[in-house]
Order: sequence, then structure tokens, then C-alpha cells
Amino acid sequence: MIKHTILAALVAFSFSTSVVVAEEHARVEDFQFSFEGPFGKFDPNQLQRGLQVYAEVCSACHGLNLVAFRNLGDPGSPQMAPDQIKAFAKMFDVADTSDGAEPGDIRSAIPADNFPSVTSAGAPDLSLMAKARAGFHGPMGSGLNQLFKGMGGPEYIASLLTGFTGEEKEQAGTTLYGNTAFPGGWLSMPPPLEDGAVDFRNGNKNDVRAMSQDVAAFLMWTAEPKMMIRKKTGFLVVAFMILLTTLLYLSNKKLWASVKRKD
Amino acid sequence: MSGIPHDHYEPKTGFEKWLHERLPIVSLLYTTMTIPTPKNLNWMWIWGVVLAFTLVLQIITGVVLAMHYTPNAQMAFDSVEFIMRDVNAGWALRYLHANGASLFFLAVYMHIFRGLYYGSYKSPREVTWIVGMLIYFVMMATGFMGYVLPWGNMSFWGATVITGLFGAIPGIGDTLQTFLLGGPAVDNATLNRFFSLHYLLPFILAALVVVHIWAFHTTGNNNPTGVEVRRGSKAEVKKDTLPFWPYFVVKDLFALSAILTVFFVIVYFMPNYLGEPVNYTRANALSTPSEIIPEWYFLPFYAILRAFTSDVWVVQISSFLTGGIVDAKFFGVIAMFGSLVVVVLVPWLDTSSVRSGRYRPSFRWWFALLVLDFIVLMWAGSQPPAGMVPAISLIGATYWFGYFLVILPLLGVMEKPDPRPATIEEDFDAHYPPKDATASAAE
Repeated sequence: MIKHTILAALVAFSFSTSVVVAEEHARVEDFQFSFEGPFGKFDPNQLQRGLQVYAEVCSACHGLNLVAFRNLGDPGSPQMAPDQIKAFAKMFDVADTSDGAEPGDIRSAIPADNFPSVTSAGAPDLSLMAKARAGFHGPMGSGLNQLFKGMGGPEYIASLLTGFTGEEKEQAGTTLYGNTAFPGGWLSMPPPLEDGAVDFRNGNKNDVRAMSQDVAAFLMWTAEPKMMIRKKTGFLVVAFMILLTTLLYLSNKKLWASVKRKD
Repeated sequence: MSGIPHDHYEPKTGFEKWLHERLPIVSLLYTTMTIPTPKNLNWMWIWGVVLAFTLVLQIITGVVLAMHYTPNAQMAFDSVEFIMRDVNAGWALRYLHANGASLFFLAVYMHIFRGLYYGSYKSPREVTWIVGMLIYFVMMATGFMGYVLPWGNMSFWGATVITGLFGAIPGIGDTLQTFLLGGPAVDNATLNRFFSLHYLLPFILAALVVVHIWAFHTTGNNNPTGVEVRRGSKAEVKKDTLPFWPYFVVKDLFALSAILTVFFVIVYFMPNYLGEPVNYTRANALSTPSEIIPEWYFLPFYAILRAFTSDVWVVQISSFLTGGIVDAKFFGVIAMFGSLVVVVLVPWLDTSSVRSGRYRPSFRWWFALLVLDFIVLMWAGSQPPAGMVPAISLIGATYWFGYFLVILPLLGVMEKPDPRPATIEEDFDAHYPPKDATASAAE
């Protein structure tokens, strides 16, 4: 009874405060992603679309230097074929460090290489961005709603990409662009996407919202490439533990029955 | 080994006799595993085994992680990502190890508060208590240094803030901080020594665990009634106790298994829930995170550290009396370490002759308030110090000290305890009435 009252109070509390928190902080929309929840899976087609958005748009300024091209064919990845990966890697240039190469020499990448890091624009590397940002914190900073919505990294990325207000301002010689998801409301990245910026081969939707979700999903994969095997292992481990716990419960009950005069 | 009369090991075969004369190790194992254990122990007595398991888990995963990790400021972050991406099951090892720290601290807090409620620190178990607190301090140091190793931006700034605490000590502070860091700021030297110590301390911890177990195997376990096991004869002991094996081993394993089920759900389905996203950004001395927040298990003490700001009158008085030597920063550091020292001293601060909180009607309420206080402080530590948070932290910190320094000493004198059972057997029979007793009662 008391437990129920406390629970009800907690739930009421979390509902009433989450609204307030959402107004105070930058706005992060709770996008639905296929990989959310214990049963969620990456959609290889979406990851490939996200990779295309990254390659055609983001990679101009942002690196991805923790990810290797070979990873694009791993289980639970965009699952590209080996020759596809080879051809894709060729489009990127990396530093040539082979014997006899001069410093500054470049060559086209092979699957064993990592994506190049891009530092020219001063933009952060995106490899871990989906884990380095949290979309949700509330209520009252307790993080309880992250239990239900996830940490919100991909939601943050998609919200940022769709959150440009169109306003601009000059500050200390830099142009800042208004954004509803970015903390503080202004960032130095101009809106990178516009409707139809990328053409998908199979005619998938390519408005800003769809592309933002695709690239956010792709960046979740780059941040957590082992997510699928992790969840799969998790099911085995938890199923085993439930069985073991049940057996130990029964053993314990039987063992103590005579001591507790219950037999 | 135990002060409680019990059966001794008798070597039977020729080999056992030969070994026993040279190294009585089987005897030691026998005595340890069959130690008479109060039969009324409840479910709060399972955390010790959870802690022992977690220590082993942390050491095993930690040793393997160390095979792939590189303690170098330029390479540490990438080597952790190498573990996550390219080492076989490296992601599992790292998530088990990182969340294992949380399990470790959850269990140690349950274990400590269990002891505080049932008076497990009282005579003759003071040494067990003190050794236990030493273990907890080593755990905190190990946990803190482990958090620095991934060399993320929260690692870096956490290390800067925490070592800065030592810098607040008047006179020797700066020198001490430089000595701890191995240089003027957190850098490669800091990372290297933290890695070395993070590897070393768990083994010191394991040695202290052996001493802890040795100590309470000498005094015998406390139990929910706080009434001692009768020691007149082996027959009397048998009425109050059961051997550790199999009764408590199986019970503890069941509890451990249930707790690990929840633990694995976190590890495999929400492994980053307890972590700080900022730590997936490389350490950067030029970019301070908007808020520097320690891991959840340090938050109550972090709140106490921040509670004593320069506008608090105790701080102003002590600053005035010491001619400014004890300023707000140093006062906060003293308060934080002091909040742990009072817990160490609790065997002498609690004046009540009644051990278990079960029979102390007003103590129970003050204790419940202490648990609430701990949770409120944890929350306050996670919040930016603005609005109501400093006031709440200050009230919380005041109650923490008030409980140990004022309430416990006074309660022992003022409180009228409830009647206690004469023996453990009586308590146990009250829960599980003997068959003939129920039969005669039914007639």
C-alpha cells in the first residue's frame, strides 16, 4: 500500500516536473529509432542512407576517425559487401605512411584504414557524438526519464539538424545560427541539410527530417558498433540468470524448509 | 579461529594428516566454511558476499582490460575505444568493469547502512567496522582513479577537481597537489600513476577483506536482534546457529544471482545509463564541461564538500578564529573528510547499550532520516549549486554530522529501548513456531 502511494507520488512528480524541465533546457524531440529498446535493431538500409548523408555532407567538415571502413561490413552494421566497401574507401584520401613516402603524401583509403579525421573546419569528430551527448535528463536532473527514452544522443543529433530557426547573428566575427536543440540556442555550424540535399538510390524520403534521422542512426552505429551483439548476448545472459536464480531459489527453499519447520 | 565453540577439523586419510602437520590449510577452510552463523540473519546480510563477488569480478575484468589499455595521455582514449571496437568481447569487459564499480558501491552502501541500523559496529566488532571503513576508503580511491583512466573530459576535470581538494590544505597544499599529480597540472604523469595505483589498490583491498573476515569470524556475526550467540556449550551454539555451508552459502548465492540478473540487464541493455556522456569526449584542458559531476556514488560527499560556502556562519567564524587559514574551500574539504571520519568513530559515538535498531523506537526514526538524508545529499550533489540546492546541501550536511555527533550520543542516554528476546533461538521461533508449539496452541 505504502509502496503504491510512493510510486504514484513519484510518477505524478515526474510528469509535473518534466514539462518544466523541457521548457528550461534546449528542446530535444523524442524521435523513434528502430534500435531503441531491448528488442531494437539497427536497420542496415537506414545506416547506409545515413552513411551516404555523412559522406556527401558532414564529411566536408567532420571526421570519423575511430571507425574503419572494414567495419561497414560487420554484423549489425550498414552491412555493405566487401567490394562495395573497397570502392567506397577509395573515395577517401588518407595519409600515406608506407616506406619511402614523404611526409604529407596521401593515397586513397583501403578497407583496413579508418575514416580520415577532418580538422580543417575546427568541427568535432563525430565517431562518438551519439554517446557524448544526452538528449534527456529529467525530471529534476535525476535521469529517470532516460530509463524510458534512452540517453537520447541520436535524438539530440536529429533535433539539432532539424532545429535550425533560420535566424543568424554576428558575434566576435563569427556568424552564429539559431537552433532550438543546441544548448544556449546559437551555434557556429550553418544548417548543413536542405530538402533533397542527398539523392538516395532507392528513392527513400530525402527531406531534412528524414535525412537527419538517417544520419543520427548512422552515428549511433559509429558510436556503438557492437550494439546488436551486446543485446543478443544480453538476452542469453539474462535468460541464463533467471534460470539460475530460479534453481537457487528452489534449492534455498528446500534447504531451509526443515529449519523453518515448513516441511 | 572463532570464539564460538564449534566442531574442529579432523584429518582422516594419511595424506590429510601428513598435510595437516605441515600446513593446516584444510582446517582453515573447514573452520571458515562451517562457522556457526546466527540462523536469524535476514536478507540484509547478503551484501558481504555480493561485495566479495564484485571484487573478484572487478579484478578479473580489470586485469584483462589492462592487457589492452595504454596509460598514455595521447593514447588512452583511443585504446579504450580500441577495446570497445576491436578487442574480442572488449565492449563486454569494459561495460562489466565500469558498471561493476556501481554495483560495488551500491552493495557497500547497503552493507554499511545495514551495519549502522543493526549496530554491527558495537563492541566487540569495532575492529571489523574500522577495517570495513578502510576498505571503503580504498574503494573510493580506486574508483576515482579508475574513472580517470579512459581520459575523457570528465575524467580529466574530475581529476583536476578532486586533487584540487588536497591543494586547499593550508601551507603544504600546493606541494602536496603537485606531488599527487606528478606535475603542475593533470597530465601524462598523473594518468600513469593513477593507472599504477588503480592496479595496485584492489590487491590491498583484497588483503583488507581477509582481515575484515578474520575479525568478524573471531567475534561471530552480528544478527538482526543484536543478541549474541550463546557460547556455553556446542549444544547451546547449535540452538542459535547453523553452519555457513550449506545454509548461508546457498541463500547468499540465490541473492547474488538475483542481484546479478538486474546488473546484467544494466550492463547489456543500458550500459551508459550511469555514466556521464561528456566522458565520451577526449580530455581537453582548454574546455571545461559545463558541470563537473562525479559518479553517483561520490555525490553525497560532493554535496557536503560544496555545502559550506563562505556565507555560512560556521565557515565565517572558523575563518575569523584561524585568521583566514580555514577558508571556505578548506572548510569544505575538512567537512567532506570529516563526514567519513564520524562514520569510522561511530562505535564510540553511539552510547546505547542496545545493539539492534529493531529495539530502539526513536533511533529507528533518526536512522530512517539519515538514509533519506543520504539520498537527498546524493541528489543535491548532482545539481548545479544554484537556487535551493546550497540550502538543501547545508541542511543535509548538518543532519549528517548531527546524527553522528549529537543524536547518537544523546539517544543512548535518553531512549527507553523495547524488550529484546533473550536468545536468537527465541527470535527465530517467534518467526517460525515449532510444530509442537503450534499444535498445542491450536488445541
